Amino acid sequence: MATVEVVAVSMARTLRGLGVPTPPDASVAYAAALAEVGMGRRSGVYWAGRATLVRHPEDIAAYDRAFAAVFEGFQPADGEEPTPAPESVTILVDTEDDAPAGPDAADLVDGPVLTLRWSDREVLRAKDFARCTGAELDEAHRLMGDLRLVGARRASRRLRPTRRQRGPLDLGATTREALRTGGEPLRTVHRRAGERPRRVVLLCDVSGSMEAYARALVRFAHVAVVGRAQVEVFTLGTRCTRITRELGSRDPDAALDAVAGVVDDWSGGTRLGAGLRTFNDTWGVRGLARGAVVVILSDGWDRGDPAVLGEQVRRLQRVAHRLVWVNPLKASPGFAPIARGMAAALPHVDELVEGHSLASLEALAEVIAR
Amino acid sequence: MELASVDTVRAGLAGEQYLADEGLATSVFLALRLQRPLLLEGDAGVGKTEVAKSLARWTGGELIRLQCYEGLDANQAVYEWDHARQLLHLRAAEATGLAADRGTEDLEGELYTERFLVRRALLQAIAPPNGSGPPVLLIDEIDRADDEFEAFLLEVLSDYAITIPELGTFHAEVPPIVVITSNRTRDVHDALKRRCLYHWVEHPDFDREVAIVRLRAPGVPERLARQVAAAVEGLRAEGLYKPPGVAETIDWAEALATLGRATLDEASVSATLGTVLKYREDHERVRSKGVAALVQAAVLRGM
Repeated sequence: MATVEVVAVSMARTLRGLGVPTPPDASVAYAAALAEVGMGRRSGVYWAGRATLVRHPEDIAAYDRAFAAVFEGFQPADGEEPTPAPESVTILVDTEDDAPAGPDAADLVDGPVLTLRWSDREVLRAKDFARCTGAELDEAHRLMGDLRLVGARRASRRLRPTRRQRGPLDLGATTREALRTGGEPLRTVHRRAGERPRRVVLLCDVSGSMEAYARALVRFAHVAVVGRAQVEVFTLGTRCTRITRELGSRDPDAALDAVAGVVDDWSGGTRLGAGLRTFNDTWGVRGLARGAVVVILSDGWDRGDPAVLGEQVRRLQRVAHRLVWVNPLKASPGFAPIARGMAAALPHVDELVEGHSLASLEALAEVIAR
Repeated sequence: MELASVDTVRAGLAGEQYLADEGLATSVFLALRLQRPLLLEGDAGVGKTEVAKSLARWTGGELIRLQCYEGLDANQAVYEWDHARQLLHLRAAEATGLAADRGTEDLEGELYTERFLVRRALLQAIAPPNGSGPPVLLIDEIDRADDEFEAFLLEVLSDYAITIPELGTFHAEVPPIVVITSNRTRDVHDALKRRCLYHWVEHPDFDREVAIVRLRAPGVPERLARQVAAAVEGLRAEGLYKPPGVAETIDWAEALATLGRATLDEASVSATLGTVLKYREDHERVRSKGVAALVQAAVLRGM
């Protein structure tokens, strides 16, 4: 019979192979847990692992597969072999070195700033992603890295010290101050409510009709995730997939590859209403979208029942601070929101903006921060 | 308390009116034996908070509850100086002329002693005032607290110590039993999850739910309990916005029993649907599918 250490390490390795992050201390904990419950009963071994190796309900299925593989000798299917780490490619770009330096850095905090060093940058900024060549797209993605995305601000419940002489008293500081004046609180110290950015939730349609834009929009989402912690990203296609964790890598290529690994419905069909409903049920209405700036990036083409989409958008709008719909087709001349899904959703959308080019994504960042 | 096996935990919790399944019992057993915090996630109303309460009754430890909310800070979670009393003390010292004799230094030293310390939940759990057994620390709805607090909690839970600059470091002689719950309105940070044992609490299966209702609401006749559990099981399969949890099942059974019903019937289900379903859309969905069908299926299942 195998020792607890061997079992723990095999389970951890198998789990890692299935794409579940399993740090060494998790396998140490599993070994300790096995020593406590003993290896006599299958269910004991199973639940000890569930308590120590699994941290997200989504990983339970993978855990069950790993458990079966290790203890019943099943091999995971071919498609689930560990994927090799993506090779990152660095593109060296010849730039004109006339970028303004110094004072502009201070402006970074409020509003999106795009450092432009490219001679035909204005052309590229306004160019529709669908018409860009591969090289232009790469350059656009690189420029996107300079975007700053911050949600609109709201009052925080956390109080901060202030120099003002009104507002709630900071008794601690007042007492310390009083010590100097022999115990007489001559000068009172106050606190005031601070501010913090709202959470931003991006829902990105990755269905076939959005193919020309989806990659750029996911790249935009990546910039947002890397730039700040309070961003959550989901993809919508035939299902709803959370990709915030996958976008966590600073290397854009690795992040996009990780996303491609978990999103099964890339360039597939669209069931926007059903996808949104999953999002609302499991994440949005429970709290994630509450008081957040919610951004839906989609062309509004939906194969499902438009009534479902309308209802789900309304539900989302009721809990969100603001609901922004980004439609890359809005920029096309003669655009009217006639796609059935778009038409059903429109009454509940606070703002409809375009998102077909770099310039329009900058504008979007401004809308989100407003 | 003898803690021999997972079954001890199961029996112990059952003695406190909490029926745990094997997965949950194993997690609790491991949390006790390995002295690690237990993180419970699951839908609202599946009984996460009850675990800590029952655990406290069973182990005899004091239950210390910290309800999380946004903006929760160290003053409300760990300790606070009783500034009002400090000021009073200073004024008294001044009035009796003591302040003039003693230097500011001395006076300040007097202010920051345990006499003026207000212990909040975390400090109470780390350094219990009397030498009783390890308390049960319930950190409820951690997903409502903000990141700053989570980071702080991480520090406390990693070595069960709290440092107060003016007094020094408090170490827990016996680590408290820590239960953290989350409704998963946002993801708890992975660093915190790594410190904890993790268990996803599911809705109970039919037989266990009947047993729970019988245990928690002894006034409900067995037949009604079975029918209510069956109806709730049916409702959960409907794809509602808010599928009812065990808490709702108990409420519903009690409501029906209070109305003097011994079995489910269409009229009383219609009248009491508000105890199980809390969304207008869910009510509409159930009504459009027909309350009669729901009752009929439940009565059959509950035989």
